[in-house]
Amino acid sequence: MQTLFYEEYSPILVMSILAVLLSVIILGASFLLSIQKPDTEKLSAYECGFDPYEDARNAFDVRFYIVAILFIIFDLEAMFLFPWVVSITHISSMGLWVMVDFLIELSIGFVYAWKIGALEWE
Amino acid sequence: MLYHLGFIIVSLLIIVIPLLISVAYFTLVERKFMGSMQRRRGPNVVGFMGLLQPLADGLKLFAKETILPSNANIVLFVLAPIITFVLSLMGWIVIPFGEGAVVSDINVGILYLFAISSLSVYGIITAGWSSNSKYPFLGALRSAAQMVSYEVSIGFIIVTVVICAGSFNLSTIVLAQSKIWFIIPLFPMFIMFFISALAETNRHPFDLPEAEAELVSGYNVEYSAMGFALFFLGEYANMLIMSGMTTILFLGGWLPLFDIMPLNLIPGPVWFSIKLSIFVIAFIWARAALPRYRYDQLMSLGWKAFLPLSLGWLLFTVACLISFNWLPE
Repeated sequence: MQTLFYEEYSPILVMSILAVLLSVIILGASFLLSIQKPDTEKLSAYECGFDPYEDARNAFDVRFYIVAILFIIFDLEAMFLFPWVVSITHISSMGLWVMVDFLIELSIGFVYAWKIGALEWE
Repeated sequence: MLYHLGFIIVSLLIIVIPLLISVAYFTLVERKFMGSMQRRRGPNVVGFMGLLQPLADGLKLFAKETILPSNANIVLFVLAPIITFVLSLMGWIVIPFGEGAVVSDINVGILYLFAISSLSVYGIITAGWSSNSKYPFLGALRSAAQMVSYEVSIGFIIVTVVICAGSFNLSTIVLAQSKIWFIIPLFPMFIMFFISALAETNRHPFDLPEAEAELVSGYNVEYSAMGFALFFLGEYANMLIMSGMTTILFLGGWLPLFDIMPLNLIPGPVWFSIKLSIFVIAFIWARAALPRYRYDQLMSLGWKAFLPLSLGWLLFTVACLISFNWLPE
């Protein structure tokens, strides 16, 4: 296990540290080296010509939630497929039909979501 | 140990520095190319034929004042461009530029790339939330919904390629294409993957998150100076990495067009760069040629066309491979 980390995954760790350092350095250098003259007009939130009079984080469309929920279902489905595809030579035809059954059931769910209009954006 | 660490750092710098330079010149190519398509010259003042323009742009952004909006959440606001930029650099570790020319040849390379490209939605949604301003908020919502919608079909397409190659390792996927590139048997998947890549990187014709006619500039409205520059670099590096993924999955990575005498003398990384450049040009071409999609059209394309079609084509491919006994070992 240690050699696996040493050979393959240590560059990823080093890269994440290096990338964070690089971005912090260029952000910080720009912040420190350029002239900063803040005033209230510059620092207020961008709005078309008037001062923002309420918090921007108010209600938004519920369909964004629906998309997120559907995404979780279908992305998990894709995640179930990943281990299946690399082991398909080792499992018998039973393995294939179990997965086909799983996909059929998910397709029924997909058709249901389509029918109740969860995928509609007018 | 120290020697090993030094080796890693040098090999990472060999990737990162050319990457940043190519991102800078990607912007110049984009402006020149779009200029030519619209019968103008594009930038041609700074340096010979405008070749120093990206450096001038970078220097200008570096010297600008950093605005930290008074009602923003400062920590998240500063963190968002860093997340975007770091994630756009992280993916390049596993990309094989040639035979053995890869920093870490991990077994689950394609899963790693998929995970990194999924995480990049966090940078955008953090930016939109922390800005506490209407346009970034709406832009971030749209962007997040759009990215997750197309990720589903990207997942199925990757599964299809993996089942043809028999491995998650990117070098093995490339070598599995030495007889025939996957673009030929999996052509519809290739088209879907490229269109999903356009949507995943929020590019034209799917650039709803920064539709400048209604949302000014989307999730990065409140950013200035280097914060904006990091978003910009991150987006373009993401575009390059999606082009690289398309090249590896469908166009045979570093493999030459035909394995015959004059063509296989050209080194692998050159082939890889040529193929990657084709997709970069296609990204720019789509921006210059196509009008913007409507949001409902975008969502219905992702959910009602690409998702069922990629799922069906996946099952079709599996059935073909099993019934003709073509499964890779």
